[in-house]
Amino acid sequence: MPEIKIKVNQLTRVEGHGNIHLEASDGKLEKVLWEVTESPRFFEWMLKGRNYDDVSTISSRICGICSIAHTTASLQATEAAFGIKLTEQAWLLRKLLYDAELLESHVLHVLFLIAPDFLGADSVIPLVATHGDVIVMAVRMKKLAYNLAEILAGRKTHPITPIVGGWSKLPDADALRDVRERLVKCLDDAETMVAVVKSLAPMIPNFNRPTEYIALKDSKEYAFITGKIASSDGGTFPLEDYQKITNEFCVPQSSAKYTRHARASYQVGALARFNLSSEQLLPHAKKAAASLGMKAPIHNPFFISVAQAVETVHCVEDAINIIDRLLARGLHDEEVKVKPRAGRGVGIVEAPRGMLIHDYTYNDAGEIVSANCIIPTGQNHASIQHDFDALAPAILDKPVDEIRHTLEMLVRAYDPCISCSVH
Amino acid sequence: MKPKVAFFDFTSCEGCQLDALNLDVGEVLGLLGAVEIVNFREVKTDRSDDYDIAFIEGSITKESEIPRIEAIRKQAKVLVALGACACTGGVNCLKNAYKPDELLKGVYGECASYYNTILARPVSAVVPVDAYIRGCPPTTSEFLKVVKAALLGKRPDIPNYPVCTECRIAGNVCVFQRGGTCIGPVTRAGCDALCVSSGRFCWGCRGLVDDPNTNSAKDVLARYGLTLDQILERFKIYNSYSEVSQCQK
Ligand code: SF4
Ligand code: SF4
Repeated sequence: MPEIKIKVNQLTRVEGHGNIHLEASDGKLEKVLWEVTESPRFFEWMLKGRNYDDVSTISSRICGICSIAHTTASLQATEAAFGIKLTEQAWLLRKLLYDAELLESHVLHVLFLIAPDFLGADSVIPLVATHGDVIVMAVRMKKLAYNLAEILAGRKTHPITPIVGGWSKLPDADALRDVRERLVKCLDDAETMVAVVKSLAPMIPNFNRPTEYIALKDSKEYAFITGKIASSDGGTFPLEDYQKITNEFCVPQSSAKYTRHARASYQVGALARFNLSSEQLLPHAKKAAASLGMKAPIHNPFFISVAQAVETVHCVEDAINIIDRLLARGLHDEEVKVKPRAGRGVGIVEAPRGMLIHDYTYNDAGEIVSANCIIPTGQNHASIQHDFDALAPAILDKPVDEIRHTLEMLVRAYDPCISCSVH
Repeated sequence: MKPKVAFFDFTSCEGCQLDALNLDVGEVLGLLGAVEIVNFREVKTDRSDDYDIAFIEGSITKESEIPRIEAIRKQAKVLVALGACACTGGVNCLKNAYKPDELLKGVYGECASYYNTILARPVSAVVPVDAYIRGCPPTTSEFLKVVKAALLGKRPDIPNYPVCTECRIAGNVCVFQRGGTCIGPVTRAGCDALCVSSGRFCWGCRGLVDDPNTNSAKDVLARYGLTLDQILERFKIYNSYSEVSQCQK
């Protein structure tokens, strides 16, 4: 058998810089590496000495795709440190903004970044000619998510109005009413998206590698910004104990740290959430999952994007429900009072790509003494590497282009946010 | 022949690239009709080294990024800095307060030697830049405005007056009057004072106006009993690369 050498420099259609490196000869795999080459940015050090009022502004810049997730984790960490509880109104608005985040990110990933892999295109651009209707629909869904975020937060990327303890400005009730109408129509779009995914599903590689799945879990709802840390291998953990789960360590091939818990690696993200909480999905999303034949637990990482499609339906439904509650109770100006105090606070949310942790220690003046941020893709890098280890030997007899493409697809399935993972 | 356009990302959150393309369907088709996108790693697999206009996102924070940006500069007829990180260095420059060794050891501990980092800097500190699309993130409308100007070989019409002017037009109560601090008096307008209108204050993400009226800014501080240090802490968030010294003059 010939020698095989594959080197993908700066993998495309993912956020940030990562390489794939495979070498084999005589049908034997010599090396397969997922390398993270992104420049470190040192946000934990940037945050030192910063006033609580600027902290989420800075830390949201860790990521341009999931800046709402970072803002939310950051605010929840600061609120935990200061002992602040949100009012019901502030909490509902925060959850609504979160739905906008997941909606936008999932649509982008499934329809713009993943779909070209299945349709033999190099990007979404040629699909405008061949699959115009779906692309127009995807742009419409993304735009709606942007507008919902704009109404609530001033803008989608790097939100402005969410502040420690509440909101600097409330959304306009009429704007919420308008966006509700668009969300109701979007429910049809989300179901079309599920149908598109269903039509592509037969092309999903048949690859199963059971692993540990970790996500937030809540007794009352499909958890995005509530609950405790839960593992599919058993046990729940309070947020403050996250380090018992993450156990970060460094490897030379990656400027992002790795994590491990009960096994050599664990997975976070949409599939982990689905595996742990699928029974709590809202009715339309449950139906979507059933139509896709999804039943937890699913051990094929390529199904992460399928779970994202199901969550898209869930978020649209959830957003409609929250707007109804907000409009029924009416929007009222609320004064936000913040009294800084020394102490530590941990905020954990489910970013589109999985569990995201911000952990801050403050001094009396409300300035950060030390900060730690752990990003979902950072937790998934080891899982990607272990998938490589299992997948590559099984496909070595295929043509080189196919091996490369399958490995690329595997990384993309995780929807990695590499620059965020290096932070 | 349509001009060939390339997008490149350096150290950044990659929000600007994706935000720039948050266009309506009509705008997307208009843009695709006017230019050919030949390089866009974040959304497109095929790439080419033959391009006319290069959009650069992110700041330079690693030795290996220097030859990369130099090569892009050599190829591109027009080089556009996209977003705060590329234009002013952005938040990345906050790390410059610490020595590279201290940062690497602090974050990576014993494995520090696997990695490297240098003083974070804006693109213009390494190669000449032809046009700037400011903000963190920039507005879509300004992105389109600069692209159109670049296609016509003209200078884009970007405001060179402070955010305060737009803030007054928006009818906001001044942040200083509400007892807060704001970087609006020395920051280049063009965002319609978005943050102040959203109930907050300006952090200066669009960088300094060309000729900031530092005296009048100092008057404002004196009037509200604030010291330069108080406001510099916030100003540094986006402008700690070089403009801080300019402001202290
Ligand atoms: S300028 Fe702001 S939005 Fe753009 S890459 Fe930098 S941090 Fe992200
Ligand atoms: S108000 Fe200031 S911080 Fe906000 S977008 Fe405008 S220039 Fe940037």
